[in-house]
Amino acid sequence: MAAPVLRRGCRGRLWALACVDGGSCHGRGAPTGSPSNRIRGQSSVAQQPLHTAQKPRKGEHNWAAVVGLEIHAQISSNSKLFSGSQVRFSAPPNSLVSFFDASLPGTLPVLNRRCVEAAVMTGLALNCHINKKSLFDRKHYFYADLPAGYQITQQRLPIAVNGSLTYGVSAGKERGQVIPKTVRVKQIQLEQDSGKSLHDDLRSQTLIDLNRAEGQLRVDANISVHHPGEPLGVRTEVKNLNSIRFLAKAIDYEIQRQINELENGGEILNETRSFHEKLGCTVSMRDKEAKQDYRFMPEPNLPPLLLYDATSLPIGTDPRQVIDIDHIRETLPELPSVTRERLVQQYGMLPEHSFTLLNEVGLLEFFQNVIKETRAEPKKVTSWVLNIFLGYLKQENLAVSESPVTPSALAELLDLLDSRTISSAAAKQVCPYSLQFLTVPLSQEMFSVTPQCHH
Amino acid sequence: MLGRTLREVSAALKQGQITPTELCQKCLSLIKKTKFLNAYITVSEEVALKQAEESEKRYKNGQPLGDLDGIPIAVKDNFSTSGIETTCASNMLKGYVPPYNATVVQKLLDQGALLMGKTNLDEFAMGSGSTDGVFGPVKNPWSYSKQYREKRKQNPHSKSGDSDWLITGGSSGGSAAAVSAFTCYAALGSDTGGSTRNPAAHCGLVGFKPSYGLVSRHGLIPLVNSMDVPGILTRCVDDAAMVLGVLAGHDPKDSTTVHDPINKPLVLSSLADVSKLCIGIPKEYLVPELSSEIQSLWSRAADLFESEGAKVIEVSLPHTSYSIVCYHVLCTSEVASNMARFDGLQYGHRCDIDVSTEAMYAATRREGFNDVVRGRILSGNFFLLKENYENYFVKAQKVRRLIADDFVNAFNSGVDVLLTPTTLSEAVPYLEFIKEDNRTRSAQDDIFTQPVNMAGLPAVSIPVALSNQGLPIGLQFIGRAFYDQQLLTVAKWFEKQVQFPVIQLQELMDDCSAILENEKLASVSLKQ
Repeated sequence: MAAPVLRRGCRGRLWALACVDGGSCHGRGAPTGSPSNRIRGQSSVAQQPLHTAQKPRKGEHNWAAVVGLEIHAQISSNSKLFSGSQVRFSAPPNSLVSFFDASLPGTLPVLNRRCVEAAVMTGLALNCHINKKSLFDRKHYFYADLPAGYQITQQRLPIAVNGSLTYGVSAGKERGQVIPKTVRVKQIQLEQDSGKSLHDDLRSQTLIDLNRAEGQLRVDANISVHHPGEPLGVRTEVKNLNSIRFLAKAIDYEIQRQINELENGGEILNETRSFHEKLGCTVSMRDKEAKQDYRFMPEPNLPPLLLYDATSLPIGTDPRQVIDIDHIRETLPELPSVTRERLVQQYGMLPEHSFTLLNEVGLLEFFQNVIKETRAEPKKVTSWVLNIFLGYLKQENLAVSESPVTPSALAELLDLLDSRTISSAAAKQVCPYSLQFLTVPLSQEMFSVTPQCHH
Repeated sequence: MLGRTLREVSAALKQGQITPTELCQKCLSLIKKTKFLNAYITVSEEVALKQAEESEKRYKNGQPLGDLDGIPIAVKDNFSTSGIETTCASNMLKGYVPPYNATVVQKLLDQGALLMGKTNLDEFAMGSGSTDGVFGPVKNPWSYSKQYREKRKQNPHSKSGDSDWLITGGSSGGSAAAVSAFTCYAALGSDTGGSTRNPAAHCGLVGFKPSYGLVSRHGLIPLVNSMDVPGILTRCVDDAAMVLGVLAGHDPKDSTTVHDPINKPLVLSSLADVSKLCIGIPKEYLVPELSSEIQSLWSRAADLFESEGAKVIEVSLPHTSYSIVCYHVLCTSEVASNMARFDGLQYGHRCDIDVSTEAMYAATRREGFNDVVRGRILSGNFFLLKENYENYFVKAQKVRRLIADDFVNAFNSGVDVLLTPTTLSEAVPYLEFIKEDNRTRSAQDDIFTQPVNMAGLPAVSIPVALSNQGLPIGLQFIGRAFYDQQLLTVAKWFEKQVQFPVIQLQELMDDCSAILENEKLASVSLKQ
């Protein structure tokens, strides 16, 4: 996942539906399939439409795949979206459940301000239009981890729409070559999380924990294929994907499955499928074939959510009573796309370099610290950090934070290089393992001897 | 003492003429005597006595919490009461003991009121007779009043015995009967389509429906979230105002309540004259089904205002005829949604079947809900289906807006208060009432009251006079949104003019043992 701003875990939810470039988009309409494997609405942040990188097979028509992602991400907040109960990891089951969470009769939802701010921040970070008025709805279905028999969501008018996200795709033969892409974000909506179900097959029962749902991030992928120029094909939905790796595998598999099916004269059913991790294939969830009608209805206990900005904020309003979009915009940190652009401009690096610098946690800060302390040219620093230093980390399976090499140490080495105290050849002969030398204060004398590799 | 108003009793407590414990015990004793009315589902005797004890200490120290300190009150059994069973008169919630108090209950308790018990209702507040709850129907105390009995003796066709007792109206019939029979000074009801005003009219009480958003619904087990309000039943307008003053106000737990809408405490001024007042009479409310007696009273009331100098004009609420149908569409839709949580998992009734979750849900809900509730759920789900949503639900919401606008237009044309009947007729005997089903009855009985809920306005039913049968008839005043105080001020003036008689239940008190022997209860299981 890309930008740090999206890494919030949330207890309330943002839900976003991505659209693919080119204007095609899977509708939001009622997803198919049973509730049993249904991903409970959690917040979804961005979605990433992916273009298929596969070439069509020889002798066959061109196929284009269309992928839309529903991403459910939990908001990082101290309390839940509609109830006052706390959010905490690994709390004992059902210990963080308010009367509202247990759907005791007579309880009412109260909107959590922090969750709304998180949604606005996310919307701004994704270049969305923030709706100054958004509405809450009830989505009805029966399932044990949904005590009220409905989920409060934003189906009619979500909090943010029409955004975009630029990201990098590794492509090409050279390591590190990154192609910038843009994906459309159809909408972001706040919605209620469900509880957690634990299936006890031994006793034929299901245990419910109403603290929170599983997983900070869950993705449903909607996939269809068509011939370019023709209308979109029938889509299937693959649910319950909670790792990027499996998401990619599932999508690739499903694209190919659909192509195979259609080329053999079959048809694609508008159905829900799940991804079988061990077999690496998608499987139809046929047990609930009838489409669910969620009987959407406005949530009568939550008035429309009104947000303000500098132009619409009435004079004399108590700031604690309202949310000001402009104020939130000001508190946003520098967004990744801006940072990348700045790096390219300031240091003359290639765009793909900027992606790599940002994609590794802590690497940008490391890089900037080296820059501060060294006389060497930025291009040199970039090269050393991205190739040798990062390579070393990968080989040792270390995070930047775990690196025994400090920015100062690398800066010193680069100074030595720069002053031609040591030759570039010599420096490069230093095998990755001997970067450990850099944990020791350097001196010119150390390099008068042919360095040896140490393990 | 039990026949006094809230204000009078409050003064008596302050002056030490009576203690909270004595008052409490008197009420508890009367509750026992009038058990056959079936007004109470739960009598919280221990709780009330303990509260009385604490109230007494405060009075001894000269530090009562307010005007409600030590005053016996009752609460309809669809309000959540901590530690006290809350059933909504349904099998689904039999044995359900909530862990929290509804905000309005808490506010009353914070003022030192004594909670005598939870009153009977139609199951989940669905009904206009208080006849369809699992604990059996509520009997109208006026069935045993001297006024009614004397009239009946004159009627050669009347049957003897108790078999022709009258309904209280509904769905807050238990609360109405409790107040009417002097077992408490005020009671909380709920009002979604008239459920407080209807039984008030049939039981000779003041039944007040506040503006939507004025009083918190947190803890009121909902029927229709966008129309429900807590209602107040008392024996006079001043008492209702006193209770409203305690209950009104923004509640952070209820996002549909507004901030700082009225001045508190609420003290009604006495209108010297009504010459500045404009009363509106909606012409569409003159329907053929309206009893001639009530029509006549309505007309005389209008004349009264006019003769005292008020301006009385006819107004039109053109969408009135569509109101009841829209109400049913919206009501059943919300009901279907609100009842979805009753599945036996977390609380309430759970069936024995554990083959699968779905089977468990289905059996639990079949066993837990009566036919009325299930019927409304089915209707509501039908209206909410994707293919029906636009044509039914959205259409009804649009018409609802028109109905609300009708009222706004009437008020904007210079009208201060509307005057209408509350019910089509006086209270009818139970045996006659049950000849029609719940749905039919509701459609008939709510006709004057539910448009007010659709528009979120304040309204109050005031007892006006006795019918030829010796039974109470009430008329309804409707005000502008959040003009509750002004509305009650007009109602108070009117109440003073009409001087509605006090129910004479002396015979009842004396004969109640005889009644208990003679009465035949139609398949009722009385709550212990």
